[in-house]
Amino acid sequence: MSRDPLGLVSADPGPGFSFTFDGEPVPALPGQSIAAALWACGRQSWRRTRRTGRPRGVFCGMGVCFDCLVVVDGRPNVRACLAPAEPGLRVDGQEGTGHAELPR
Amino acid sequence: MPNSPADPAGTGLDGLAGPDDLTGLDDLADLAVIGAGPAGTAAVNAAADLGLSCVLLDAGALPGGQFYRQPAPGLRAAEPQALHHHWPVFAGLLRRLERHRAAGRVRYLPGHHVWSVSGSAGQWRVHAVGGPEGDTALTVPARAVLCATGSHERQLPFPGWTLPGVVGAGGAQAMLKSGLVLPGRRVVVAGSGPLLLAVAVSLARAGAEVPLVAEASGYAGYARRPGALAANPGKLAEGAAHAAWLLRHRVRVRTRSAVVAAHGGDRVEAVTVARLDRDWRPVPGTGRTVACDALAVGHGLLPQLELALALGCRVRTLPDGSPALEVDAGQLTSVPGFWAAGESTGVGGAELALLEGELTARSVASALGRAQPGENPGRLRTLLRRRAALRGFAELMAERHRPGAGWADWLSADTEVCRCEEVTAQEVREAVDELGAGDVRTVKLLTRAGMGWCQGRMCGPAVARLAGGDSDPAGTRPLSCPVPMGLLAQGADD
Ligand SMILES: Cc1cc2nc3c(=O)[nH]c(=O)nc-3n(C[C@H](O)[C@H](O)[C@H](O)COP(=O)(O)OP(=O)(O)OC[C@H]3O[C@@H](n4cnc5c(N)ncnc54)[C@H](O)[C@@H]3O)c2cc1C
Ligand code: FES
Repeated sequence: MSRDPLGLVSADPGPGFSFTFDGEPVPALPGQSIAAALWACGRQSWRRTRRTGRPRGVFCGMGVCFDCLVVVDGRPNVRACLAPAEPGLRVDGQEGTGHAELPR
Repeated sequence: MPNSPADPAGTGLDGLAGPDDLTGLDDLADLAVIGAGPAGTAAVNAAADLGLSCVLLDAGALPGGQFYRQPAPGLRAAEPQALHHHWPVFAGLLRRLERHRAAGRVRYLPGHHVWSVSGSAGQWRVHAVGGPEGDTALTVPARAVLCATGSHERQLPFPGWTLPGVVGAGGAQAMLKSGLVLPGRRVVVAGSGPLLLAVAVSLARAGAEVPLVAEASGYAGYARRPGALAANPGKLAEGAAHAAWLLRHRVRVRTRSAVVAAHGGDRVEAVTVARLDRDWRPVPGTGRTVACDALAVGHGLLPQLELALALGCRVRTLPDGSPALEVDAGQLTSVPGFWAAGESTGVGGAELALLEGELTARSVASALGRAQPGENPGRLRTLLRRRAALRGFAELMAERHRPGAGWADWLSADTEVCRCEEVTAQEVREAVDELGAGDVRTVKLLTRAGMGWCQGRMCGPAVARLAGGDSDPAGTRPLSCPVPMGLLAQGADD
């Protein structure tokens, strides 16, 4: 039995690249979401909640829960599970939520 | 076209709306389909076969929806079928889609989220946002609309469910299929429903250690409806194959058991698994700790209905308490000119979604006067017979995996029920017991539960039950996704 997901589907990804998360370089493969790249390097949380400051990361994995929010190149409220990782992106963890941006 | 590892189905589809797809969108299309999962893709293919002009809008970057979620092309997976049942069926669907697209019969708009549908039969306007920043507006006029928006997972809270590393079972599956990643190395799978076995097999095949699968209900009850089983040998074989694979690879599956708490500091480090009684109440003294670095959990699927509810489509409640759109024999909802297929009409799996998509196309074509209602009667009979059989099976599954009322005993006072607004079980109970809140809406007004980003999709099932209900809220959310203010104003003028 193959022991990792890339091997299972005989993936031969294009050249990897990196982006930064909170200033640290994170490796990624072409086509992976920001969340997938963070998972691949063993990271499960990257946000703190507004009320109790608890850590959060991916929950629904499909864009509906908004628990995975990050700041990408200064733009807040980006869902890491949907947003593709791209070379040179500056990704930062998000403190609290950014409600003000949207109609309620 | 030669197949390459980046494009195993050999379709040439690359997740982008080409210029040909974006021109001529102002012309009235015969059919606009929302959602490119099995239901929506089958529907556009069949509709285009019948000569209808179609627009296919999908929030995702690649067609396939949840079941046929594909690895990103850049990952160049030579054997995506290792993570997919029925890959050849899907590859066939994609090739047909690409042919119709090349011939101009179908415009395919990936990366476009539909946030509202306005107008009426014959003159619908489908409003979407797209573009990398989600701020490009687009309106598609169409004679008929098909809602094929699928489902999301039903979650029920328990202490520790907000810890990083606790993820949706379907979500873990989705992240694995698209990004080829795992949530952890040692992953417990828990909750209820047939999806759990499929997820456990995928995670284990991809290299995760799966110490335990905990199913809150049982599988034994299936045997009490032999008719539904006999009519669906394929479905049964699929479940049995998963179970056999897990057995062979020494993954333990425990029925009538649940993860009743997750533990850890900044991430999950262990879970408590307990035996449950018939009503999902933990049996005292049966709790056992299992070490893990991730938990994949889910309690079935809930149809995504926002767009249809906003139009006033009638809803029915399935045996597991989930709301689904009511449709007639041709998949038409109670609103003229607005059809629904796939999981928005009740969760029943990819094969049912495919059939329903095809039936929709026939029904739309005859409503628009472009085909005879009974054309190709042999095929029609097959479609109707299979649909009835698969719906029977879906109903049986829904009955078997209906959340038990005793689930609420898993909660402690400080368990956060609403993840977004961090509202605890105690706060919700106070609103219900002391302030008399008897429904999701009142609890929301009193506690803010359900007021956050997810608009109650994550906490709604729990809040509705804590408020005394025994089903999931259909919920009318103002919008199907967050839409920038400026676009809202624009949409209102349309
Ligand atoms: C997270 C998850 C994982 C799953 N994994 C499996 C699995 O591994 N095996 C299995 O047998 N079943 C799985 N299922 C069940 C699966 O959904 C169905 O079997 C099947 O995919 C249903 O087909 P569908 O066409 O009805 O919906 P889906 O396949 O869900 O397709 C719906 C499509 O509509 C799009 N959409 C939704 N709303 C909008 C909108 N407003 N605007 C534009 N597009 C929109 C979505 O992006 C999606 O592409 C999963 C379900 C979920 C929720
Ligand atoms: S994990 Fe739920 S929105 Fe990203």
